[in-house]
Order: sequence, then structure tokens, then C-alpha cells
Amino acid sequence: MSLESTMKNRDGVGLTGRAIRPDGRRAVPRGRNVHPGLHAFLRSYQLYLLLLPTLIYILVFHYGPMYGVLIAFKDFKPHLGILGSPWVGFRHFIRFFNSPNCWIIVWNTLGLSLYQLAAGFPIPIFLAMALNIVSGRYFKNTVQMVTYAPHFISTVVMVGMLSVFLSPSYGMVNHMLAFFGLERVFFLGKPEMFQSLYVWSGVWQDAGWGTIIYLAALSGIDPSLHEAATVDGATLFQRVRHIDVPGILPTIVVLLILNLGRVMSVGFEKAYLMQNALNLGKSEIIATYVYKIGLLDAQYSFSAAVGLFNSGINFILLLTVNRISKALGQGGVW
Amino acid sequence: MIRLSREDRILNAFIYAVLGIALLVVAYPLYFIVIASVSDPAAVNTGTVWLWPRGINLEGYSRIFADRDLLAGYRNTVLYTVAGTLLNLALTLSSAYALSRKDLAGRNVIMGLLAFTMFFSGGLIPLYLLVNNMGLYNTFLVMILPNAVSVWNIVIARTFFQSNIPDELHDAAVIDGCNDFRFFLAIAIPLSTALTAVLTVFYAVGHWNSYFNGLIYLRSKERFPLQLILRGILLQNQFQTELQTEDVYAAKAQMLAESIKYGVIIVASVPVLILYPFAQKYFVKGVMVCAIKG
Repeated sequence: MSLESTMKNRDGVGLTGRAIRPDGRRAVPRGRNVHPGLHAFLRSYQLYLLLLPTLIYILVFHYGPMYGVLIAFKDFKPHLGILGSPWVGFRHFIRFFNSPNCWIIVWNTLGLSLYQLAAGFPIPIFLAMALNIVSGRYFKNTVQMVTYAPHFISTVVMVGMLSVFLSPSYGMVNHMLAFFGLERVFFLGKPEMFQSLYVWSGVWQDAGWGTIIYLAALSGIDPSLHEAATVDGATLFQRVRHIDVPGILPTIVVLLILNLGRVMSVGFEKAYLMQNALNLGKSEIIATYVYKIGLLDAQYSFSAAVGLFNSGINFILLLTVNRISKALGQGGVW
Repeated sequence: MIRLSREDRILNAFIYAVLGIALLVVAYPLYFIVIASVSDPAAVNTGTVWLWPRGINLEGYSRIFADRDLLAGYRNTVLYTVAGTLLNLALTLSSAYALSRKDLAGRNVIMGLLAFTMFFSGGLIPLYLLVNNMGLYNTFLVMILPNAVSVWNIVIARTFFQSNIPDELHDAAVIDGCNDFRFFLAIAIPLSTALTAVLTVFYAVGHWNSYFNGLIYLRSKERFPLQLILRGILLQNQFQTELQTEDVYAAKAQMLAESIKYGVIIVASVPVLILYPFAQKYFVKGVMVCAIKG
């Protein structure tokens, strides 16, 4: 409670505080027995009521599983419950690290994610800079309108599109290959194609959407800089290089940091949908592995251990990357 | 207007070319799906449809709209989306408003509590066990409650309130005897149309497109959301199996099933794509708030 009251003071806002309420009403009688922290609490009880449902939700559905992750160190049996199941220490982790799958899966996850970053990160930046230069409003709006649209397509539909377009006997891509006298390819069945399909379909879907944030940063650049440079005889390329690029560099750095921190958290949905027996060697990532051994094979504890290993790495990555960025003088993300 | 130098004109032409190609690369697959969905299945599947539809054939659509599973999935998804989005909005706006008030004691602690969940999670299995223990497995609520609010959106909304609802406004309202509930409902919310629009679109699209919760928490097919049904049709060829049980020749069934997929893609995506131009003007604002935070 005393912590709360110090925080109120540090924020230094007495504007709506009781002390200077102009009408002099006192919602809470301020007797000697009322602790100042409690007093602050009672004064804004309506705000706490507004917060309450969200707090309950967060505690139940986010902190609840954090408690439940104890089963990673136990031999969980549903009928014994989380507390009743026997402790086994790090047995599940050791088993995972010693399994031949472990490093393949970690490597697949990391490889997919880095590939995605390498292709998916720079493209929106270039697109945004190009859009920023284009002067034709109609053309610019059309490009934006069309390239934003795929962002709203669901993962299921996206993978469905891949499968119809790439179908060996009916798909349009293979018809095109056949037209040029090339051999038909079963793209989705080739492990070596999996990462490229995953990444480039992702670029197709999200590159346009990704420009929004850079366009916003670009629109914040003072136009008089461009005017002055033009008067001084700078070429378009020079203006982009020396005005636009430095102007959006902070945004780029922050987004890069955020993305680097997420490098081990590749989502489940798309990889799982694109998986088939043939490409499993490349398409099995941590998230899909956790799902399969945990929910399909019901090895709860082992799967929770693998999941915890993954969240742990993510967390450490984020902290590290944030620390590095602070050290570089870019300011942390938080 | 200052005359462009030769170098500038070359760069300009290059940029137009690149954007033009990007436009085509994105637009053509979308356009192809539209024309393929109304063309004769045989023409689509043998690769003679390229620029315009051939042999207009709407049998695919008539089969789609006659498919019980698909219609049920559609209805379910509409329900999940409406109910889920309303809950999302209620929780996000109310908690974000409370957290935006500088005089809320302990708000940094609460904000930290929320933010931590963005960086660390217990993982899939503990969440799954928790949801099952709460008796939510295979219920309507399981499609709504586990995603009741997104912390990221709270952050966006809080930033919006902080920069758009001036403290003076609140002070003035307090002088007139307005309490926090009333200020939130009668003043803060009506002043936040752009925010509400962006949040609605983000949440609604999220619900419409989600299949993961349905996949892990639902067992009965009559509760399946659209995306799970789509997965069956698009990726597991359910239509083909269905058609083959009727007296359709195998080869024709396969062709028809392939071309039905194009129609299904459209029927499933149109509601979302219709929503998007209406809210488009708000996106830039919404994402910019993220940028400020970022």
C-alpha cells in the first residue's frame, strides 16, 4: 500500500486527487485510521473496477499456466493433479536434449526464423521508401490498397492457396512450368522447398502491411529538408540516402530488436498447416513438436518441458537484445 | 516544380517499375482465384484460364452454399467473432482507460504485471490443462475466454487515451460532478472512435481467422469454426471424398473438388476483405500509436 502511495506522489498528479477537489466533496472520510495507500485506493475504486475483469483474466489465463508449468519438473498424472504428481527434476529436459530430434527441431526453428527475418524485414522498408517517393496519388493509393489486402487472409486460406497453386497436376504454377517445357514439381512435398515457401508466401502476405509503420515514420520527416536539399542540387538518390534513411533508422532499429527477440518463437499455425509426411524433416519446429507430443501423444510433462525451454530462450533473447540496444545508445524497447 | 535531372528520372522510372511489379505480384493470385472460381473446372484444372474466366460455371458456388458443414462453420464463426470482439473491446477499453489515468495508484505495478505476459508464457500444455480443468473443453466459451484481451492492444489503447484525452477535460468533468464510470462511458469512449475502429478490426479479424483454439479445444464438429472446416476442404480434400460417395465420376469429382477450393477461398475471405477498406483510414493512426510505443 505504501508503494502505491509513493507511486502516486512520483507521478506528481494531484489534479484529480482528493486534496484539491474544488467542490470539496470527500468521497472517503479521511479519519486517522485510514492508511494513505488505502485512501488512494478507495478514491479511485471505480477505476479499479474497470480494471478488475482484465486482471482476473490475466491472472487466470496467463499466470495460471505459469504456475502450471511446474509439471515440466514433475511426472504429471492428471488424476494426481499438479501438486500431487512426483518431482523428477530436470529429467524431461535431459531427455529432450539427448533425443536425436532435439537439435534438428531447434535448428529448423532458428533457420526458418532467421530466413524469415532476412527476407521479410528489409522488403517493407524498401517498399515504404519507394511509396514515399512516388508522387502519383492514385497509383500510390492503389498499390497500398492492394498490398495491404493479403494481410487479412487467414493462415488456413493462405496455405490453401499455396496448395491449390502448387498442386502438381492442377496448380497454375505447374501449368506454367509445363508450358515452358519444364518438369512439374511437387513443391509442398520437397523438404528443401519448405522454408522458401513459408518465407516467401509470408512476404507476399505481409510486406505491404509492414510498410505502414515506416510510412508513418517517413511522413514525420520535415519536408523542408527535402526542399533545401533539392535547391542545393541534391539528386533524388542522395536525398533518400541522406534524409529518408536517417529519418527512419530509429524505427528500423527498434523493430529489428523486437524481431530479433522473437527469433525462437515461430508460430505454430502456418508450419503445422504446411506440414506433411514428406517435408517433416524441415517443417518440424518447436511449436508443432510441442503440440504433437503434448496434445496428440498426451506426454504432458515432457511437452511442457520443451515448451518451457522455448519460452525461456525467448525471454533471455529479449532481455539480451534489449540490453544490447541500450548499450548501443538506441534506448531499450522498454 | 523543379525539373528532374536525368539520373532522377531513371531512379523514378525504376521505382515505378518496382512498385508496378509488386502490385502485379500481389494482385494476380487474388484475381486468379476470382476468375478460377467462376470458370469451368476442367478449364481451370488443365491450365487454360489465365486472364479471364472461361466457360462460366457456378456449380462450385452452388455446392458451397449447399454444404451443411461449411454453413454451420460460417454461423459459428460469426457468433464467435461477434461475442469475442465485444468482450475484447469491453475489457481492452476499460482496463486501458483505467491504466491511462495518472492518478491511479499502483498503475505501474499493474502495467508491469500485464507486460510481463508479453515476454513470458507458461506455454501451450499448461494452458491446455488449465482450460480443461475449468471444464471449458468443447464449449462455446472456450472460443472466447482464453483470448479475452490482448495486452498489446491494451498498450495501444492506453497510449491513445493518454495522448487524446487531456487531463483538463477530466478535471472539468470532475468539477461538474462526473464520476469515473460516467467519464469513461460518456466522454472517453465517444472521443475514441478511431481507436475503437482499429481495435474492432484487429480483434474481429483475429477471431474470424483463428483456427488454433478450435483445433485444440473443440471436439464436436457442429461447434467448429469456419477455419477448421476450411482446413478440411482446402488441405484434406474433404469435398472430393464427399463427391466420390455420390455417383460422380472420380475424375470429374476430383476436378470439381479442386475448383470448389477457389470458391471456398473467396466465400471465406470476403467478409474480412469487405471490412478492411472501411477501417483502412484508421490503420495508419492505429499503427502509429504502436510506433510511438515501440
